[in-house]
Amino acid sequence: MKRKHVIGFVIGALRFLVVISICYVILRPLLAKIVSSFMMERDLYDQTVKWIPRNFTWENYKAMYVHMKYLTALRNSLSFSLLIALLQLASCTLVGYGLARFRFPAARLIFALAIFTLIVPPQIIILPLYLNFRYFSIPFVLPKPGINLLDSVWPFVFMAASGTGFNNGLFIYIMRQFFKNSPKSLEEAAYIDGANAMQTFLRVMLPGAVPALVIVFLFAFVWQYNDYFFTGMYWPKAVLLSHTLDTAAQGYAHALGTHFQGHYISLLNNTGMILFILPLLILFGFTQRYFIESVERTGIVG
Amino acid sequence: MKAKRGSRFSLRTREAINGHLFTLPFVIGFIAMFLYPFIQSIMFSLSELEISTEGYKLIWVGLDNYYNALFVNAEYPRLLAETALQMLRDVPLILVFSFFAAILLNQRFKGRLFARVVFFLPVILAADIIMRMESADYISAFLDASLAEEAAVQGTLGTIFSRGQLVSVLMYMKLPQQLVTYIVSGSEQIATIIRSSGVQILIFLAGLQSISPSLFEVAKIEGATGWECFWMITFPMLSPLIVTNIVYSIIDFFTIPSNPLVDFIKSNMFGGAGYGVAMAMSWLYFVFIALFLLLTAGLISRKVVYME
Repeated sequence: MKRKHVIGFVIGALRFLVVISICYVILRPLLAKIVSSFMMERDLYDQTVKWIPRNFTWENYKAMYVHMKYLTALRNSLSFSLLIALLQLASCTLVGYGLARFRFPAARLIFALAIFTLIVPPQIIILPLYLNFRYFSIPFVLPKPGINLLDSVWPFVFMAASGTGFNNGLFIYIMRQFFKNSPKSLEEAAYIDGANAMQTFLRVMLPGAVPALVIVFLFAFVWQYNDYFFTGMYWPKAVLLSHTLDTAAQGYAHALGTHFQGHYISLLNNTGMILFILPLLILFGFTQRYFIESVERTGIVG
Repeated sequence: MKAKRGSRFSLRTREAINGHLFTLPFVIGFIAMFLYPFIQSIMFSLSELEISTEGYKLIWVGLDNYYNALFVNAEYPRLLAETALQMLRDVPLILVFSFFAAILLNQRFKGRLFARVVFFLPVILAADIIMRMESADYISAFLDASLAEEAAVQGTLGTIFSRGQLVSVLMYMKLPQQLVTYIVSGSEQIATIIRSSGVQILIFLAGLQSISPSLFEVAKIEGATGWECFWMITFPMLSPLIVTNIVYSIIDFFTIPSNPLVDFIKSNMFGGAGYGVAMAMSWLYFVFIALFLLLTAGLISRKVVYME
């Protein structure tokens, strides 16, 4: 019995060591950013300053707050991400449910196609898509040369609503796996009571699917919020945080009429990154418990 | 009324109709916003693109763009080879790490919740804008350099061993030279690997949770040790997920916008070699990825244990 105790203790200690080291590796860059964001420029060149700023300052935050157009950009980013995430959630849930619960010949093909969209690198289709949105036309409805949909929310809305947005194949996959694993009896009861497929889906199946919905929503929201690649392509003029962050340091230098040292630009960028991820950290802080539990209950793996 | 309407079609027809209706948004979206541009991009890669005020025009050039990408462009073949090698190095490490981390996080210990939150943080924070800025960041480099004595650059291993010590320890263990080089270069990548393992850990963790506890109980009664339980139950039960994770890791590695090759292609699209060549580059890249995926998935899925 005693020997078992010792072994247990040693294993516990080792595990603690490993977990702490991994956490350190993950958190260190974040800590370094937070620390440096409070430093003045001269602290950067001071060899004795490592973790604790000698000249503590809020100036970096003030400057980045102004030049990132923080409030406007944050509001835009949040509402845009919310809209797109909800659309993606709606379309992927519908499609995932359709693939999981109805047997029809094309189901396997459609599922394979959804996975296929994941494998194709986005740069293969972004250029044709860019041109299609630039000269947007629909056969028989909107004749050529069409209208310009770039620099508007529409390209993103169309893609999200049809489940072809960024990584939506993954969401379809998650929803399909989830519905495949949930029991059939509730549905059958609803059908016997005379509900049609849509009613059954909305009133009976959705309430039970909350864990999977949370996962998909969070992923969709976070990826949209973080996105720079696609919004930079189709909506370069949007005042979104991921865009304003990119140019804020240069904008500040321009406003002061000077050039900054590379180190100082990094310092400002780090401060901007803190401001950028802060809303996500808060969101994650509120939802992490739910998020992690959901992952376990969705049975992503089937 | 409802019963009457329902009886018009057989159950099977009704199911098929509903199935098509539910998946209709995706089918439309797939055709209009995936398949059509996908086919267009083949045309683009075989043509030269001219944009004027009233639209765009394609001039057929055949395989010239492909020839340009492969033989005229000095950077592309080199980047392609580099990316492939890097992927071959990183993906196995990501898999091993995420497997190990998932098993760790699945155990009960104090502070597990905190550890889980931290481990998943990279999923939330992996923004391409942040990665893009970080690649040109002086402070990370600067802080790393100033902490080099504490060897944080080399991750956790570095805090115990220096690189030289690590090499000599591994050599002393009589490991083959190539393996030593691999482990050492891997240990320098630890931070990157940990940060790109978030989703994979999630998938493995979900898999671990779905293994029925009764399997372990039976094994215990039969007198199996923890080691045997791991190789006889945990590992085979997770093996389908290993394929999922390999595929995910490869795709993630190849398509992440901070990948230098992706960046290179994008920069060529708007300036540089031009649209046509950029499209040819994308296509070569895609074919390369697809072949690679088929090969790995084919090789590995033979060893997989499926429960159904």
